[in-house]
Amino acid sequence: MSGTRRLARLGLLRLQVELLTFFRTPDQLFFTFLLPVLFVVVFSTIFSGDIQGPPGEPAVPFPQYFVPGMIASGIVSVTFANLATGIAVEQHEGLLRRLAATPLPRSAYFAGKVALAFVTSVLIVVVILAIGVAAFGVSLPREPATWAVFAAVLVLGAGSCSLLGIAYTRIIRSAGSAPAVVQPPYLVLQFISGVFLQYSVVPGWLQAVASVFPLKWMAQALRSVFLPEWVGRDEYGSWETGTALLVLAAWFIGAAVLARLSFRWSRGQG
Amino acid sequence: MAAPPAIAARGLEKRYGAVTALAGVDLEVAPGEVFALLGPNGAGKTTLVEILEGFRRPGAGEARVLGEDPARGGPAWRARIGVVFQSAGFFDVLTVREVVAHFASFYPAPLDPTRVIAMVGLEGQERRRLKHLSGGQKRRVDLALGIVGDPELIFLDEPTTGLDPEGRRQLWAVIRQFAALGKTVLLTTHYLEEAEALADRVAIIIRGRFAAEGTPAAIGGREEGRATVTFHLAGRLAEAPLPPLPGLERLPDGRVALATAAPTQAVAGLARWASALGEPELPGLEIRRPTLEDVYLRLVRAHDAEAVAAAALPAGGSA
Repeated sequence: MSGTRRLARLGLLRLQVELLTFFRTPDQLFFTFLLPVLFVVVFSTIFSGDIQGPPGEPAVPFPQYFVPGMIASGIVSVTFANLATGIAVEQHEGLLRRLAATPLPRSAYFAGKVALAFVTSVLIVVVILAIGVAAFGVSLPREPATWAVFAAVLVLGAGSCSLLGIAYTRIIRSAGSAPAVVQPPYLVLQFISGVFLQYSVVPGWLQAVASVFPLKWMAQALRSVFLPEWVGRDEYGSWETGTALLVLAAWFIGAAVLARLSFRWSRGQG
Repeated sequence: MAAPPAIAARGLEKRYGAVTALAGVDLEVAPGEVFALLGPNGAGKTTLVEILEGFRRPGAGEARVLGEDPARGGPAWRARIGVVFQSAGFFDVLTVREVVAHFASFYPAPLDPTRVIAMVGLEGQERRRLKHLSGGQKRRVDLALGIVGDPELIFLDEPTTGLDPEGRRQLWAVIRQFAALGKTVLLTTHYLEEAEALADRVAIIIRGRFAAEGTPAAIGGREEGRATVTFHLAGRLAEAPLPPLPGLERLPDGRVALATAAPTQAVAGLARWASALGEPELPGLEIRRPTLEDVYLRLVRAHDAEAVAAAALPAGGSA
């Protein structure tokens, strides 16, 4: 068997075990899927009004604005947060060493992790969209071009955030501290990237900070898919979809380099 | 020509800052041999094993495991060794069969998972999730994961720690079965009884050095050492004066003990004395050699005393 085929086969076997583990762990399922769903329900229920547009333009119901941001945030959760926490725990509690004692190529381990992140990303997109459409009247985009942007954000966003999650394990010093180290930056980014708030109400200097990271660009590009032109003008100046995809692509490459440089297979030894 | 050794190490040293974990260890383990490493905590057992497993690099010295430098061993080398780890709560939600089959899939020529599960005595538990297994059953899963790749050499780090005596004996049977297939086994243990039950050869490692090495029966001069003969003074023996044998001593509990380098002759002399008094038997007769534990404790204490003496010396050139 060629190296690539062997890697693909082992990566799939790892994915299978990752998925079995994921779906048999109720806590993880709850936090991964139910939390974003709760946010969608609560926010869409509280802010049930419309965003008023310029004269002549129809108003936009708030969930239509909120749901794409929630999708972006959900993707970051199942990629960055889940991978950083999961890998750190496996690293500090000895699973990585156990795997390293076998002929399993290390790349197959990461392939399984990133594949898990992609599968759960797609699931979370479907779940949030389904609730948005069924319960809060969110309307789906119609043009193929906008769906292509959606797909590109999904791939580049999930990819770069997965790799960032791998790199981020470097600063996690113990299995127990993993969630406490992972959640704060994610939480702060959700606020300043306009997931929990309208982006336009975030102060300029915080917007500048948010613009460095992928979440802001993911939310912005996904909104461009679901919302009319004028919302982009009011909220962001313009949608800047091309810029958003470029930033995400740059993050993808940068995160790959960062993951490669910073990841330590085994920890706590000399 | 003899087969090349499964493990060959020369002059292994490892320091962590000011702490010396290994201070020059030479080790040779033949193919098919079961070798046990004994030693107090912090003596260097784990460091030595981790170097041989390829998880650490030695500061000095050289190691060859199955003919390769473990620090550079690739997947083909990994496929020929098995490492048995302590359970750490992974795969809790997977079944025994899923986990064993998963690990089997990493290897080019694994054993049949069903057979391995039976070998470690988990038949009937295939479909149970790991979190529902007892501690002993989890140790068997650990063992199954270490052998499923059909390795030539297996590393066992304290394989029966935390098991009850019954579970320990069952696990020994599996390790013996594995050794009977001609596989090489390197195990570390805190249980002297375990080393004695399983190992062809034992090394006692203290402060990063081998303090003694040999078969469990002969290590530390066990075979040549003085034996102790004891018996009860009962019946007519109690009334008669003791025979004039050197080293004979009355114990507070009414027994008599004789430490001797020639126990056969001592027992023969005692038997003649007793039968002359009309007692054909020496009641409660025991001949005791120093146990592995006696040897072990003597070596550990000797090294501790040495360390205390060395620390008491005025600071010299080799501080």
